[in-house]
Amino acid sequence: MIKDQDYLKKIADICLSKSKKLGSTDASILVQSSVSENINVRNKKLDGSERSENLGVVLTTYLGKKKSSIASSNLKENNLNELVDRCIETMKITPEDEYNSLPDKDLHFSGLKDLDLYDETHLSNEDKINYIKEAEDEAFSNNKIVNTNGSGFGENKSNFLLANSNGFADGYKTSQFTAYCEVVSKSNGSMERDYEYTSKRFYNDILKPKELGSIAADHAVKKLNPKKIKSEKISLIFDKRISKNFLSIFASAISSSAIAKGTTFLKDKLNQKVFNTEININDRGDIKKANGSRYFDSEGIGIINLDLIKNGILQDYLIDTYNGKKINRKSNGRASGTTNLYFENGSKTFSELIKSEKKLLYIKETIGHGTNIINGDYSVGASGIMIENGEFSYPVSEITIAGNLNNIFQNITLADDLEFNYSTNSPTMHVEGMIVGGK
Amino acid sequence: MTSLLKNSELSLEKADKIVSETLNSCDDGELYVEDTKSETIVLDDNKIKSSNYTSDLGYGFRAVTGDTVAYSHSNEISEKSLKNSSDNLKSTLKNNSGTYNSEIKKTNQKLYKDIDPIESKSMKSKIELLNNMNEYARSKDGSVKQVTASLLAEKKNIEIIRSGGELLSDNRPLVRINMSVMVEKNGRKETGVYGIGGRQDYDEYLKNDNWKKVCDEAFRIANTNIESKPSPAGEMKVVLGPGWPAILIHEAVGHGLEGDFNRKKTSAFHDLVGKKVASKGVTIIDDGTIDNRRGSLNIDDEGTPTERTVLIEDGILKNFMQDRLNARLMNTKSTGNGRRESYKHVVMPRMRNTIMLGGTNTQEEMIKSVDKGIFAVSFGGGQVDITSGKFVFNCTEAYEIINGKVGAPIKGATLIGDGPSSLKEILMVGNDMMLDPGIGTCGKAGQGVPVGVGQPSLLINNMTVGGTQL
Repeated sequence: MIKDQDYLKKIADICLSKSKKLGSTDASILVQSSVSENINVRNKKLDGSERSENLGVVLTTYLGKKKSSIASSNLKENNLNELVDRCIETMKITPEDEYNSLPDKDLHFSGLKDLDLYDETHLSNEDKINYIKEAEDEAFSNNKIVNTNGSGFGENKSNFLLANSNGFADGYKTSQFTAYCEVVSKSNGSMERDYEYTSKRFYNDILKPKELGSIAADHAVKKLNPKKIKSEKISLIFDKRISKNFLSIFASAISSSAIAKGTTFLKDKLNQKVFNTEININDRGDIKKANGSRYFDSEGIGIINLDLIKNGILQDYLIDTYNGKKINRKSNGRASGTTNLYFENGSKTFSELIKSEKKLLYIKETIGHGTNIINGDYSVGASGIMIENGEFSYPVSEITIAGNLNNIFQNITLADDLEFNYSTNSPTMHVEGMIVGGK
Repeated sequence: MTSLLKNSELSLEKADKIVSETLNSCDDGELYVEDTKSETIVLDDNKIKSSNYTSDLGYGFRAVTGDTVAYSHSNEISEKSLKNSSDNLKSTLKNNSGTYNSEIKKTNQKLYKDIDPIESKSMKSKIELLNNMNEYARSKDGSVKQVTASLLAEKKNIEIIRSGGELLSDNRPLVRINMSVMVEKNGRKETGVYGIGGRQDYDEYLKNDNWKKVCDEAFRIANTNIESKPSPAGEMKVVLGPGWPAILIHEAVGHGLEGDFNRKKTSAFHDLVGKKVASKGVTIIDDGTIDNRRGSLNIDDEGTPTERTVLIEDGILKNFMQDRLNARLMNTKSTGNGRRESYKHVVMPRMRNTIMLGGTNTQEEMIKSVDKGIFAVSFGGGQVDITSGKFVFNCTEAYEIINGKVGAPIKGATLIGDGPSSLKEILMVGNDMMLDPGIGTCGKAGQGVPVGVGQPSLLINNMTVGGTQL
């Protein structure tokens, strides 16, 4: 069972009062409790079960502008006392940093908690196994699926309390139900794997098992017997599971920590055209039941909705208290990053997008870590499907795609097929003129 | 031997009893108890940005029967909690029963000292070191605009309690010193990253002002990249430098030779034992027994002593890397590759220090033999798709080779290749085998574990380079 707010509050009080007694001027604390249960199935047979119970506390103490943190999973009072001692001792000898402080009290969250982020539904292990077996059954009904890499179902419930010495103390429960199916296809000596994944706060919102299995099978079969293509400049279509990655890159490039240090290609771009005028990007924390929704960030600051890009123009950064001070801006509640980040729909249908040029390369998977936030260089391994005259023709693999994000962002056209499946979501994306490295 | 349970509400005798009673009807399993202390101090943007100390204590209780693994972990160490876990394991395995395999090799292996690297250097001197690194790096050149330096130290004590009361333990120190430098010149920004570390005290790595070399190297890489031109795209010859570029070996063949993927027949290598998978002269080992190395362990996380496992010998695939579960199901012995990130994670076959042994060629003759290609000296991360065998890695320092000579630096190139075929494309193996500086972390199924790599210079006949110049 996850611990209730009273238990979390008791732990928080022990640490806060002890750090005050030892001379800290300010302190903040996060106490968390979670329970997760995961089932793995492989080739329709139970492969493993895992149950985790996690407790944790993170305490940050301040002495004026000096700061130090400790974290522990051992919540016994004698251990907590020792750790607070250690935290205070370290804090005293840590140099001052003028930007260190608790967040602005006026920005503390206070309001209704009505976003529906917790589903108390509990599935027995049997139910979880049945769900995932049904998904694998469906995948195996495709005769080119010969094996699975394992499929799984997870249920996670957590509760937390965030408190600080300025009187903030709040927390809430969240839940997450996750299922994935990863299958292996084989034909004519070619072996490929692919997957489908679903994760929602409410059990009723996740994909039905048959859909999960059939989508995974379809992905894996479509990759079979790929060709390697010649190096060329070509326009790309990014499948929705990849196009959203450009939003994550964008988010890290406008984090106030990167902006303050100057380590991003989007420094000094506020109020400038970063994308073409068709593009709008929003970050909304108040969508009911959504994966990225939250009431406040990891400092207790209430989430406001941000229109980050409006008609291609950069409107705002993602700001926390510390880095906000460095750039003379107030926090906008993004100490824990973005919430539900998405591109607004474009005006073209998916079908119009794939017919927009005679020859296009549809990218379904990228591998590698080839994004350089500092200068915007982008180069990753990829696989996908060639589109000729609006028709999917043959799978392509062992290629690289490269460009610079400054150009890529200006050359994006979006379809109108946005769905809120993850916390970061994008419609299908067309990017003109990227360089493919192949033969 | 002192037990990690000594300050808890759970006595070793009680734990033994629950473990034996739970595992008697299973094939394998253990109670794994872990007490980890770690400290991270980061200097960023001229300030000590954070000093974090973490103390983590918990257990993971595992029962294995057939190919089914039941796992339950918690950080409440009490009889009640362990009994709950036991019930949970039993309910998963209710229909199965097995015969407990109590056989486990013993060792007196001592590859690193039982020290606490966090306490062996005072907080004051750590802060002073970071400040010195910052000042030194910034003083090198006016173009240095940003410096991030960090110190990470960890002391991980583990105990494995097996059915029948057998207790195995290991105390593992680990440190890492990291440096990242951003240089800005003529409107261009580039970074250089370098680090060192292993299973010794900080001071072992700081001798002879070694921290200056870390700063020098990070600055050199950033400064080289400032002059870089766009990378070519297409297939060409590649010369790899010695040491850290062996993450190519780690990605291209290492993961594909882990026992789980081969037992499940999802690896591109699963039916290739005894067959030629690499050029003649290529020998690759996975060695957990090198003193003080980041990937070394006295015993793995199941209690098996680590060893030097030959994976590929003179081009022929010899062995996979095994944990106990996969070894049993494949009728072989564990090679001491059973590892987990922490008590919160299940054991899997994982690499330790993966090394290609040296050959006879010189780097000079490799470069001389290339008309058009690239010379890759350092890399960021890599990734592999086990099933298709395709792998990538990103160059952080690379040069073009034209007519047998090293030319201008090139930026941001990604290399992509096919695991089972790329090792057959190796034309020359260098005589300059080198281990990496001790910074690698390998990710698999969401678990990160410290690893090492090593190799000599290599000439590869044909790889696809991903760049922007056609």
